[in-house]
Amino acid sequence: MNMDQGIVGSIFTVVVFISFIGIVWWAFSSRNKQRFDEAANLPFADEAKEENIKDKQES
Amino acid sequence: MSEISQAQPDYNYKVVRQFTIMTIVWGIIGMGLGVFIAAQLFAPALNFDTPWLTFSRLRPLHTNAVIFAFGGCALFATSYYIVQRTCQVRLFSDKLAAFTFWGWQAVIVLAVVTLPFGLTSTKEYAELEWPIDILIALVWIAYIINFFGTLVIRKVSHIYVANWFLGAFMLTVAVLHIGNSMAIPVSFTKSYSLYAGAVDAMMQWWYGHNAVGFFLTAGFLGMMYYFVPKQAGRPVYSYRLSIIHFWALISLYIWAGPHHLHYTALPDWTQSLGMVMSVILFVPSWGGMINGIMTLSGAWHKLRTDPVLRFLIVSLSFYGMSTFEGPMMAIKTVNALSHYTDWTIGHVHSGALGWVAMVSIGSVYHLIPVLFGQRAMYSTTLVNVHFWLATIGVVLYIVAMWISGVLQGLMWRAVNADGTLTYSFVESLEASKPFYVVRFIGGVFVVVGMLVMAYNTWKTIRAPKGSIAAEPAAQAA
Repeated sequence: MNMDQGIVGSIFTVVVFISFIGIVWWAFSSRNKQRFDEAANLPFADEAKEENIKDKQES
Repeated sequence: MSEISQAQPDYNYKVVRQFTIMTIVWGIIGMGLGVFIAAQLFAPALNFDTPWLTFSRLRPLHTNAVIFAFGGCALFATSYYIVQRTCQVRLFSDKLAAFTFWGWQAVIVLAVVTLPFGLTSTKEYAELEWPIDILIALVWIAYIINFFGTLVIRKVSHIYVANWFLGAFMLTVAVLHIGNSMAIPVSFTKSYSLYAGAVDAMMQWWYGHNAVGFFLTAGFLGMMYYFVPKQAGRPVYSYRLSIIHFWALISLYIWAGPHHLHYTALPDWTQSLGMVMSVILFVPSWGGMINGIMTLSGAWHKLRTDPVLRFLIVSLSFYGMSTFEGPMMAIKTVNALSHYTDWTIGHVHSGALGWVAMVSIGSVYHLIPVLFGQRAMYSTTLVNVHFWLATIGVVLYIVAMWISGVLQGLMWRAVNADGTLTYSFVESLEASKPFYVVRFIGGVFVVVGMLVMAYNTWKTIRAPKGSIAAEPAAQAA
C-alpha cells in the first residue's frame, strides 16, 4: 500500500515537472510571440474600436 | 483614458454598476464591524451583555462581510466588466447576471441575520448553514455559466490572461465550497459536517487556504492583470511571465492548506508537505507581483499624479509583503512562535486590507467614471486623501499586530527553570492591550477612507453626465 502510494506520488511529481517545463517552453517559444503580443493588447483593443467610431482624438 | 460608457451600447453595465455600488456599501459595513469588534478587544463592555453583539458572533459576520460581501461584489463587478471588454461581447445572459446579483445579496443578508443569532456550522469562513450554502452553490453555478458562456461567444480569438485567473477562481471556489460544505442536516438551521476528526480539519483548511488562494488571490490577480495595464495605459510587462505565473500559482496553491494545522493531529508528513508547498508558493507570487509593478517601467511618473494607479501599485507591494511573510510563517519552526497569536491576524490584514482591498478600491475608482458616463471621479484630491488614510491605517494595523503577536508568542513559550510557565495568559493579554488600541485606530483610518470614497462616488454619480473633466491631480500632493 505504502509502496503504491510512493510510486503514484513519484509518477505524479514527474508528470507535473514535465508539464511545467512544457508550459515554460510553450510560453517562451518564438512561434507564439505574435499571438501573446496580440493578447497582451486586448485590454486596449475595444478602446481603439470605439475611437474609430467616435473619431476621438486620444493618441 | 476614461471611456464614456455610451460608446459601447452592447455591454451589460447594469450588473457591473450594481455590484460596484454594493462593493462600497458592504465594504463600509464589513470594515465598520471589524472596527467595532476590534474595540471590544480592549473594551469588552462594548458587547453590552447582549449575546448577538458578542465578539464570537460578530467576528464571523465581519469576516463573511469583508471577504464575501465586499470582496465578492468587487469580484463579480470586475469579472463581468473584464470579460465583456476583453471579449468585446455582451454578457452571455442578462437574466443569469441579475440572478447572481440578487442571489448574492440575499446570501449576504441571510448571513447578517443568521450569524448574530448564533446559527453557524462553526467552520471558519464557511460558517453559513446548509440552506444558505445551497443558495451560494446555485448562484455560483449561474456565475460560472455566465462567465464561461461569455468566453465561448467572444468576438476575439484570444482569451486575455485576466480571464484565466478569474475562470480558475470561479471553478475552484465551486469545488471548494461544495466539497467543504457537505453536511448532514438535522433541522432547517442545524447540520453536522460529513467529515470527522482530522479529516474534517484537513477538508476545512484545504477549503480555508484555497479561499485565500483562489477567492482572495487568483480572482484579485485577474483584476490586477486588467486594471493595472488599463490605468497605466500600457500592456502588462510580460505576457509570457503571466502565463507561467498562472499555471504555477494554480498548481501550487491547492497544496498549502496543511500549514494551518502544524503541530496538530494531522499526520506529520502532511504538515511537512503543506510547509514545503507554501514556501515554493513564494516564487509565482513574486513573479506576479513583479510583473504587475514592472508594467509601470518607463512610466513611473504616472504614480506622482494618479492616486488610482497608486492604489493599484501599493496593493501589489502589500501583496509582495504578505506573500513573503506567508511562506515564512508556514515554516514549522516559525509557526511554532506565530500560530494562534496576533501575528496571524496582522498577516491576514496585510493581505486583506493592503492587497485585496486596495486593488479593489483602485479598480472601483477606475470603474465608477466609466460606468456612470464621466471622465474622472468627482474629486481626485479625495481619492488621494483616501489613499493616504488607507495606507496609514493598514500600516498602523499590521505593525501593532506584529508587535503584539511576537510578544504573545514569546510570553506563551517562556518557561521557568522548573518547567512551569513564566507568564499566565492574562499577563500576555495585558501586554497586548495597547496594541489593540493602535489596531483600532488603524481600522478607523481605513473605514473613514471608505466613507470618503462613498461621498466621492455619490458626487460622481449625481453630477450631470460628462460634466466632470479629466484633470491632472496636480493639487493632490
